[in-house]
Amino acid sequence: MGSEDADEEVRAAVDAVYRADSRRVLATLIRLLGDFDLAEEAMHDAFTVAMEQWSRDGVPANPRAWLVSTGRFKTIDGMRKRARFDASLNEIAERLAAEARDTGGHDEESVDDDRLRLIFTCCHPALTPDAQAALTLREVCGLTTEEIASAFFIAPSTVAQRIVRAKGKIRDAGIPYQVPSLADLPDRLDTVLHVVYLVFNEGYFASSGESLMRHDLSGEAIRLGRLLIELLPEPEAIGLLALMLLHESRRAARTTTDGQIVLLADQDRLLWNRDQIAEGSLLVERALSSRRIGPYTLQAAIAAVHAGAPSADATDWVQIAGLYDVLVRADPSPVVELNRAAAVAMRDGPQAGLTLVDAILDRGDLADYHLAHAARADLCRRLRKTEEARASYQRALSLTRQEPERRFLERRLSELDRA
Amino acid sequence: MQYLCLIYDEEKKMAGMSKSEGDAFMGEYGAFTESVKASGHYIGGNALQPVQTATTVRVRNGKMSTTDGPFAETKEQLGGYYLIEAKDLNDAIQIGSRIPSAKTGCIEVRPIMVFSH
Repeated sequence: MGSEDADEEVRAAVDAVYRADSRRVLATLIRLLGDFDLAEEAMHDAFTVAMEQWSRDGVPANPRAWLVSTGRFKTIDGMRKRARFDASLNEIAERLAAEARDTGGHDEESVDDDRLRLIFTCCHPALTPDAQAALTLREVCGLTTEEIASAFFIAPSTVAQRIVRAKGKIRDAGIPYQVPSLADLPDRLDTVLHVVYLVFNEGYFASSGESLMRHDLSGEAIRLGRLLIELLPEPEAIGLLALMLLHESRRAARTTTDGQIVLLADQDRLLWNRDQIAEGSLLVERALSSRRIGPYTLQAAIAAVHAGAPSADATDWVQIAGLYDVLVRADPSPVVELNRAAAVAMRDGPQAGLTLVDAILDRGDLADYHLAHAARADLCRRLRKTEEARASYQRALSLTRQEPERRFLERRLSELDRA
Repeated sequence: MQYLCLIYDEEKKMAGMSKSEGDAFMGEYGAFTESVKASGHYIGGNALQPVQTATTVRVRNGKMSTTDGPFAETKEQLGGYYLIEAKDLNDAIQIGSRIPSAKTGCIEVRPIMVFSH
């Protein structure tokens, strides 16, 4: 074999380890070095050394442990060298070296804990939701700043600033690198799940702009959801993964090829992804069987009922409206009430739904929410109250920011004129 | 690490308390202070006189000016502080959440800056 082939082989091996394990290596280095930036530098140094050394000595038996230990000692060496100019570094270098002598251990369990530590630290409630999402995508998922920026349609400099600020706060305010105590776990897990769902929704329902869906963020969120239930199989984490998979299963049917929205009732169910539906439905059952049922699991259960219906007409609206009754109690919010009203309209007829929607709008809670007006318009249309329907579609149109939704509402308005 | 817990609450609300309500509130503060002293978190702390006693001082172009009242008029006023020693931010937040005014106003938890020399 020529040396070029051998180099190529080592490069492929290093790349494979990077893809599979770089996040685990980083998570452990952050714990060992106590600093995000030091850990990132150490990880990149370790991979650089790997390229040289693995082509000479072969790939080590446990590449991940090798990378962690190489990164750790590279950092200590670097600090000792720089300590000649900055004496305070010497103290840190010696402390890190002493710790390295005490804890050579690198077992699988602590590595899994490190990944959870990383997730919980990136999603610490003392950081803003924007920063939590950016930091999680950067550190846990390994996305570049540019990838995060383009996914959220914001400037790379904005993302970079959010990440720098968040890391600064973690360091300066003393946010610990830890999995929360059992007492704090439910609340802290809620924050993590919220970040994962925010990332998913940002990919699934783009909040502004031309294209309605951006595949990457939804895919990242599902990968995060899988990682989370692997590390921490809590019922709501399972429920959230189920919910994301069941939403994702409809991706191909949600829009036409030219980007027009297709409502659930009008979707071609043959386009739904059966594998994702099967996996999502199984996860719903698993989450429901825990008997600790939260909002994500309930929403997933509703999505599973839709997914199980062979046609829109065959949808079990009695069950869906019943699940919404439970959801309204578990997670009271005007938006959940609005969805419940739509389900009640399907079960008991449009007039029953309209009464509920009007009650919500009269309270003023959703006065500026375009989907509330669109829902009202749709119910009025079905009741043949054409003028009221027109007024509500127009109100919805004036409130929406998304191009595909604008086109959808305009289409509905012109259909009213023809009717 | 050291953290300063700044206590913000509505002075109006406190002024409107009956004697027994006020005594109960002060009692809660007394119990909290004792507990953080016993746990070793306490470094120092004080209550402040109301904002109507505040004076804001500035020097511009070498000239000092003083104005009556606090730097910023807000719904909730700085009413006191605790300086605590805590393991990390989670520990500090935990202690901050036990300050009686957390239930009526809010507590700002700020790490103390350490200068390396």
